[in-house]
Amino acid sequence: MSITERGSQGARATTAEHETGRTKVSSVWSRLQLQNGIVYLGFIAIFIFFAVMLHDDGFLTTRNLTNIVLQTAPATIMAIGLVFALSAGEIDLSFGSTTAVAALCAAMAMQTMPALVGVFAGLGVGIAIGAFNGAMVAWLKLPSFLVTLATMGLFAGVARTLTDLRSIPVINDTFTGMFGSGDLFGVPSLVWWTIGAVAAGHIIFRHTPFGAHVLATGDNPRAAQVSGIKVPRIRFLVLTICGACAGLAGLLYAGRLQAAKYTLGESDLMIVIAAVIVGGTALNGGKGAIIGALVGSLLMGMLNNGLILMGLGVSDQMIVRGLIILLAVAISLRDINR
Amino acid sequence: MSTMMEQSTQTAHSDASPPLLSLNGIHKAFGGIVAIEELSLDLHPGEIVALVGDNGAGKSTLVKIISGVHRPTAGTIRLEGRETSFADASAARAHGIEVVYQDLALADQQTVYMNMFLGRELTHGPLRLLDRRRMIKDTEALVQELDVRIPSVRATIRDLSGGQRQGVAIARATRWASKLVLLDEPTAALGVAETAKVEKLILALKARNIAILIISHSLDQVFRLSDRICVLRRGQQIGIRRTSETDKNETVSMITGLH
Ligand SMILES: Nc1ncnc2c1ncn2[C@@H]1O[C@H](COP(=O)(O)OP(=O)(O)OP(=O)(O)O)[C@@H](O)[C@H]1O
Ligand SMILES: [Mg+2]
Repeated sequence: MSITERGSQGARATTAEHETGRTKVSSVWSRLQLQNGIVYLGFIAIFIFFAVMLHDDGFLTTRNLTNIVLQTAPATIMAIGLVFALSAGEIDLSFGSTTAVAALCAAMAMQTMPALVGVFAGLGVGIAIGAFNGAMVAWLKLPSFLVTLATMGLFAGVARTLTDLRSIPVINDTFTGMFGSGDLFGVPSLVWWTIGAVAAGHIIFRHTPFGAHVLATGDNPRAAQVSGIKVPRIRFLVLTICGACAGLAGLLYAGRLQAAKYTLGESDLMIVIAAVIVGGTALNGGKGAIIGALVGSLLMGMLNNGLILMGLGVSDQMIVRGLIILLAVAISLRDINR
Repeated sequence: MSTMMEQSTQTAHSDASPPLLSLNGIHKAFGGIVAIEELSLDLHPGEIVALVGDNGAGKSTLVKIISGVHRPTAGTIRLEGRETSFADASAARAHGIEVVYQDLALADQQTVYMNMFLGRELTHGPLRLLDRRRMIKDTEALVQELDVRIPSVRATIRDLSGGQRQGVAIARATRWASKLVLLDEPTAALGVAETAKVEKLILALKARNIAILIISHSLDQVFRLSDRICVLRRGQQIGIRRTSETDKNETVSMITGLH
């Protein structure tokens, strides 16, 4: 009985083999990486919309456009980390809190010590929190959603108690130059950090065995495991990368604002997740795009900027942004699940 | 009495060549569930052994024990005479043992060529960056040689038919195996023509002097391919028969326990 059942399955398989035309087309699409086409289209559409609507409000000025890039730098860096986590089938909800703790630690260190110590303090704290998340997920086998939900709250609390809700000024010129107002060859340092992080993230993600192992782990952990990939190690590393990215984002916030406060990164959770999903990364693993996340992040920043220029109040901004993100995510997920 | 026959079937072959893999008194329990009571089996280079039995008999469990996914609760595994215990699947692979799992173990959203090299990616340069071009070229050559018809080695697994996926999984095992290939229902999802093609691949492996353990529910296939047949029923090893010395009726009654 089971044999006839299998026979009919086989017949279906054979007819499917003749539908190679369709598959050929989709393989060309995936090769050109145009699957994330939606994010580029959305970006261009919204850009044109704002360019026309807000022409007299200075949307198109170099100053405003540069500002968008500068403002999105921390979110873009966080998004890079999140691409690794989501592609491996994990999630990090704690990166916002990590960003705040990292920025505060860097600022506190630099009150008495040189910039380099502040940099190490911020990055170190980020990596440590990420590694803590990663260890809980990889070796205690706890779901990353719950672990990072807990650490999100935990470190939001730490950020508050650390400074008694006060903001810590950063007056170290070396630091603020490197991570904030400075520039190199006429290009602002925040742009350099964005370019550097995106390039490094993209190369690691797309062009190293590690990146391939991250994707395989998120795609089919059992297949990854029997292929000799150390799945727990991958899970640990992607969450550590998230922490490191959050740490760097914290430094960028501290540098640009010349101060650190517990509220840093607080509102980034939704924006960064939306940026990453819109950029073509799958929420359930196996698929990710670093460049897509950059474009997604710029799109979110542009949206933010445009809504402010349109004169919307804070609550109206939240509503419109929420609706647009919902729409964007719905469109890009429909694309992915096709 | 059947135990006596088993013994003679095992030894008769070992005279010809020493066994590549020797399982002795393998027992496997998952908590309270006994998946394999006691099993002893020798696999020889260039020999095809069929493992048959009804659903839940313990066949896939045995494959996972040999490939290092599960550790046996009791019993020994000898590879080329030396007692071995594989810590994980990659340890078994390092010894030239490849598996086509029942669920194929493919990463669905990745390309054919990345699956072919999963965990053993080719790299180049001091940064050890992925050498996609060479992986694509190698996979194309392999797929052509084995006559696995897929639209492109750049296609994602998800876009392939069931038969094409099976072809990819078998091609992967063929690519890397040097001693032993374990096939867990390799033609379960295939039509007649594809099944014939897979059987040709299996015979080609045999010609390369590779030992093969194949699980199949199709007795026709078992009798077409195998040199010996090992029967499991609810974790019990019922017996081993030389294929030329048994027939379907006997095998069916061994599988079902009905006479
Ligand atoms: N990881 C596991 N944990 C607990 N029980 C298991 C596990 N794997 C297998 N079993 C049990 O062991 C027994 C044998 O299972 P196995 O998968 O080896 O059967 P099978 O002979 O391959 O069957 P089929 O023909 O359906 O593939 C079953 O009762 C199954 O429920
Ligand atoms: Mg099975």
